[in-house]
Amino acid sequence: MEVSKLLAILISMVFVNNFILSKFLGLCPFLGVSKNTKPAVSMGIAVIFVMVCSAALTWIIYNYILIPFKVLYLSTIVFILVIAAFVQFIEMVIRKNVPALYKVLGIYLALITTNCAVLGVTILNIDDFFISGKALPGSFIYSVAQAFFAGVGFLMALILMSGIREKLEFVDVEDSFKGIPIAFIIASLMSLGFMGFNGFKF
Amino acid sequence: MKKLFKEFIKGIGVQNPTFGMILGLCPTLAVSTSLINALGMGLAATFVLMCSNSIISTLRKFIPDAIRLPAYIVIIATFVSVIDMLMKAYSPELNKALGIFVPLIVVNCIILARAESFASKNRILPSLFDGLGMGIGFTLGLSSVAFFRELFGSGSVFNIKVGFILEPVILFRLAPGALLTLGLLIALVNYLKARKGKSPIARKGGCC
Repeated sequence: MEVSKLLAILISMVFVNNFILSKFLGLCPFLGVSKNTKPAVSMGIAVIFVMVCSAALTWIIYNYILIPFKVLYLSTIVFILVIAAFVQFIEMVIRKNVPALYKVLGIYLALITTNCAVLGVTILNIDDFFISGKALPGSFIYSVAQAFFAGVGFLMALILMSGIREKLEFVDVEDSFKGIPIAFIIASLMSLGFMGFNGFKF
Repeated sequence: MKKLFKEFIKGIGVQNPTFGMILGLCPTLAVSTSLINALGMGLAATFVLMCSNSIISTLRKFIPDAIRLPAYIVIIATFVSVIDMLMKAYSPELNKALGIFVPLIVVNCIILARAESFASKNRILPSLFDGLGMGIGFTLGLSSVAFFRELFGSGSVFNIKVGFILEPVILFRLAPGALLTLGLLIALVNYLKARKGKSPIARKGGCC
C-alpha cells in the first residue's frame, strides 16, 4: 500500500473521474434531491456510507467466496443482493436505534439500492484491483478508498448543484427549459468545468 | 389483440421511458456516443425487460409482498448476467464499448418500475408486450440522443461519414455534450407539447 496511490485515487475519483459529472453514475438522485442543500447533504452522506460498506463487503465476498468456488459469473447477482440486503438491514438498525438519524436519512436509504453509483463502484473495484482472478496487493484498502472518494465526489457535485439550483429558483427561465432541461444544461456546464482537471496524469 | 397492441404502443409514445418519464438516464447519457452502442444497449435492455416482465408476471402470486423488491432484483440480475455473458461471447467489442453499463442494467429504473407497476399486476402476455414496448421506447429515446451526438461529435451516422458542413465538435463526444444534448432534447419535447397545449414533462420517483 502506498500513500501516493491513495492520493491518486482521491484526485481521480473526486475531480477527474467524478461519478456524476464524467461517468454518469447516480444521476437520478443528482436531479431528484438537488433542489435544496440540506437534503442533498444528507443524501450524499448516506451514499458515502453505503458505498464504503458495500465496497468492503463485496470485496470480501468476491475474494473469499466467488474466486475460490470459481463462480465469477454470479458477481452481478451477488453484488446487487448484498447491496439490497445491506441497505435494508441498515434501515432497520437505524430506525430502531437512532430514530433522529432515521428521520434525516430514512427516505434516502430506500432509494440507494437502485442508485447505480453504489453497484457501479463495486464493479469498478473488481475491474481495477483484481487481475485475472487475483487480488492485487493492498487492493482491499484501495477498494474502500475508491468507494469513499467516489462518494465524496458525489457529495461535492450534489452540494454544488443544489447551491446553483437554490439560486435558480429566482431566475426567470424560458418555459420549455423549466425544471429538468435547465438542470441538465447546468450539469453540462459543471461537467465542462470539471474537464479542466483532465490534465492531471498519474 | 387490440389490448396487447395498446400495451405495446404506450411505451413508444405517451409513456416513453426517456422523454415521457425521464427514467434510465445514466445509460442514456453514458453509451450514447454512437448509434451502434445505443442500439446494442437498447436491445440488451429490451431483452432483459421482456424476460423479467414475463417471469415476474408468472410468479406474481408466489412472491410475498414484503420481499418483492429483492425478489424482482434477483430475477432481473439473472437475465442481466445472461445477456452479459452472451455479449461477451458473441460481440466482445460491443461489450467493451458499453463496459460497466451492461451489469448496471440491473439498477436501470425502467425495468424495476415496470416490474413493480405493471408485471406484478398483469397477466403474462400483456406484461411481455409491455416489456417489448418499453424496451423499444427506451431504444428509440437512447438512439435519438446518440443520433445527434454522433452527427455533431463525429460527423457520421452509424459510423458512415455524412457530408457535413461543420467540423466535428469534440465536445459532443465527451460528457458535457451528453448532458447538453439531452437537456436540449427534453426542452424541445416540452416546447412541442406546450404548443399542443399539453403539460410539460414531470418526473416521478427518484431512482435511476
